[in-house]
Amino acid sequence: MSFFFEVLIGGLLAGVMYSLVALGFVLIFKASGVLNFAQGSMVLFAALTFVSLTERGINFWLALLATLAIMVVLAILTERIVLRPLVNQPAITLFMATIGLSFLLEGLAQGLWGSQPHGLNLGIPDDVLVIGDMFISTFDLYAAGIAAVLVGALAVFFNKTRVGRALRAVADDHQAALAVGIPLKHIWAIVWAVAGFVALVAGLLWGARQGVQFALTLVALKALPVLILGGFTSVPGAIVGGLIIGASEKLAEVYIGPYVGGGIENWFPYMLALMFLLIRPEGLFGEVHIDRV
Amino acid sequence: MIYRECGQFKTSYGSDQAIFPIPQDRWGVMLALLIAFMVIPAIANEYWLGVILTPFLILALAALGLNILTGYCGQLSLGSAAFMAVGAFAAYNFELRLPGIPLLLDFVLAGLVAAGVGIIFGIPSLRIKGFYLAVATLAAQFFIEWSLTKFGWFSNYSSSGVITAQKMVILGYDFDTPLRKYLLVLSIVSVLALMAKNLVRSETGRAWMAVRDMDVAAEVIGIRIMKTKLMAFAVSSFYCGVAGALWAFAYLGTVDAQTFDLHRSFQILFMIIVGGMGSILGSFIGAAFIVLMPIFINLSAHALFGNAIRPDLLSNMELIVFGGLIIFFLIVEPLGLARLWQIAKEKLRLWPFPH
Amino acid sequence: MNPKRTIGDVILEVEDIALSFGGVRALSHVSFGVREHEICSIIGPNGAGKSSMLNVINGVYHPQHGHLVYRGKRIRRMHAHKSARYGIARTFQNIALFKGMSALDNILTGRNLMIKSTFIEQAFYWGRARSEEIAHRRRVEEIVDFLEIESVRKVPVGRLPYGLQKRVELGRALAAEPQVLLLDEPMAGMNVEEKEDMCRFILDVNDEFGTTMVLIEHDMGVVMDLSDHVVVLDYGRKIADGTPEEIRDNQQVIDAYLGVAA
Repeated sequence: MSFFFEVLIGGLLAGVMYSLVALGFVLIFKASGVLNFAQGSMVLFAALTFVSLTERGINFWLALLATLAIMVVLAILTERIVLRPLVNQPAITLFMATIGLSFLLEGLAQGLWGSQPHGLNLGIPDDVLVIGDMFISTFDLYAAGIAAVLVGALAVFFNKTRVGRALRAVADDHQAALAVGIPLKHIWAIVWAVAGFVALVAGLLWGARQGVQFALTLVALKALPVLILGGFTSVPGAIVGGLIIGASEKLAEVYIGPYVGGGIENWFPYMLALMFLLIRPEGLFGEVHIDRV
Repeated sequence: MIYRECGQFKTSYGSDQAIFPIPQDRWGVMLALLIAFMVIPAIANEYWLGVILTPFLILALAALGLNILTGYCGQLSLGSAAFMAVGAFAAYNFELRLPGIPLLLDFVLAGLVAAGVGIIFGIPSLRIKGFYLAVATLAAQFFIEWSLTKFGWFSNYSSSGVITAQKMVILGYDFDTPLRKYLLVLSIVSVLALMAKNLVRSETGRAWMAVRDMDVAAEVIGIRIMKTKLMAFAVSSFYCGVAGALWAFAYLGTVDAQTFDLHRSFQILFMIIVGGMGSILGSFIGAAFIVLMPIFINLSAHALFGNAIRPDLLSNMELIVFGGLIIFFLIVEPLGLARLWQIAKEKLRLWPFPH
Repeated sequence: MNPKRTIGDVILEVEDIALSFGGVRALSHVSFGVREHEICSIIGPNGAGKSSMLNVINGVYHPQHGHLVYRGKRIRRMHAHKSARYGIARTFQNIALFKGMSALDNILTGRNLMIKSTFIEQAFYWGRARSEEIAHRRRVEEIVDFLEIESVRKVPVGRLPYGLQKRVELGRALAAEPQVLLLDEPMAGMNVEEKEDMCRFILDVNDEFGTTMVLIEHDMGVVMDLSDHVVVLDYGRKIADGTPEEIRDNQQVIDAYLGVAA
């Protein structure tokens, strides 16, 4: 039984990190009504930039600030070059534009800093904590802690501030939001910058765990089932969804995996989310949508 | 001047409903087919036939498949490569387990298997839309890739999940040279493209577009949403399945599940974005563009920097150019190259007296 | 008068329909009947539940309570695609055309239920697929003629002006050769001439084919001129039901429109 809990806790801790990545998606979806496929590439871009800066002898905090600045510039550029010309286009067009953006960012990140994998040490102790007869990684604990703090802070920021309200208005109807005087450009730039910041944190935590390399972009693919489960617009959905996906994925790998040859982590979350959607199409926290004709 | 309809009058609805109602279009298609079947085989070398034209045609077929689903029926899919994989593995298994099966029947069966799998993964589209569906199609991509790798039966227990396509023989005639393979692929693709064109201009196609443009209204006039969407998934997957079988049999020879990974799905999606959503011609233009672009980048990079350029930098440049182009196209002409062609035609019809 | 135009028995009844969204009541216990070949108008202030009523009749919304009776058949739960099979067609308040398709194709979709050929035949454009396509095209051209939209038949409807889009939508509904036609504000946002055209189309269709019409309209002049029968809704309740003359003199209706001094 304690083995079960060990797996469960490991899964939940990983789940918090999924939530973190999923949150990046939710922020942008709330603001621009678009699923930002480039989120994974932003994670890679941020992590690669940071690690390359530190490898060139730049102080940890300085590198962090510099990377953050670069992500903000990137957000502003994205708003100007990609989003602004596409205002009022169907959401699906914007979505495909972000697929293009993800290629662009991947090419840019690796073209600038090289394609070879980097190790990343954040100075977080990576020991094994023994509780009873369970083994839990302290790194996972710290990472989950950091992620949880960030998730909480963002939830407060977007639910309690004026920016949050403006966001919801923008997501609902670009033109109407413009008409009531919400500065669309600024909102989008801010949101993309915040998403860039989230991508940086996610990139650092995931990068420290599995190395900074191209595979980091796949972390975003892990966050997608979290999104369908929790709903694209719900912050609590992203959190709960992340926990469910993290836990069930690990449990499935351990308990179902051996029967089917293992390696089911890649698709199991998707299937789980799909099954769930078939029963409840509006997701965990979504509202039932009525089509008006 | 040449492309003008002045003085062309149609005297029956039949002639106005013909597949290419304007004679110039008809001649244009004839000419294209003539060049593809007669001229190219005479002048192209093996490299062009085997490495550029054959994969171009096959990818155009896959793009056509995706275009039916996404461009015509409005259901965004990120899993088209997975259906190619199903087609490739099914074709291999039919040949393996039913020795002597006619090759074309084999391809049709492979397409049907892909269509069946497509229907299964299309079921979520009945309840979810848009991005949710796009993400759901990723489930097909990952699940199919995984099962083809994990279950040895599919690859006849080959050590690394690699399958080697059997020889292509029709009525004792062996399609073994790049030229013969090219001609076989060209024939299959031409026939399937023609059928697609027929489908989209008939009731089936109108139902797809109706569901794409406004599903509630479509239902109110009696179109069954479920049947229409699943039909789009089936036909689309059939096309992708045949494309996958051709990819294995006529192009690469040996493939594994990773040949048809997420990147391939995106590649096909890019083809229809660049070429034009909801356009048969666009699928071909898009495929040509995406197949030729890397070659162009490669050549120009070598011309500019000589051989000093690192291969990984080159592949990153490719990513940047592709990404940039996608964004560029979406901003400048969301309907793709086919739309530009159409605008040019509309202008030509009136030229030189536009008013 | 054309014999088809003689008003017959009740063919469509709504009985005790109640519909709510979440906690919001859209319709409460509404009943009325529509007789064959008549033009029945549903009027009422904004938010009275008129569009919801049409949506219930053709199965877009499912009421929590009540049922429909269509040609003597009791229907508890109407489905949208079934209503088309019963011969009920519909136009929408905010035009619901297929924007990417030409006017011709839009009207052709209206005939989808009459297509017999399979998709295999269609893929080869062979046999029935070909003959049907041409036969339906001929019928659709008659509608195009009738609605005077010949010049725009091949234009994608997204590019057409509003008034023409409304006509194409009417054309799509007519293409189905419906027995009952539901029109949701067919004249909204039109100028006087366009309204006159639309009135003529509606009367012609009713005259020539005997199509039963249920329409929602705000222009009282139009309603009084066209209708054989008027139903008045207010806050989801039926407050009056009768001939135009009866409605004109009904105190409750006047109160609903003008407000009552408290």
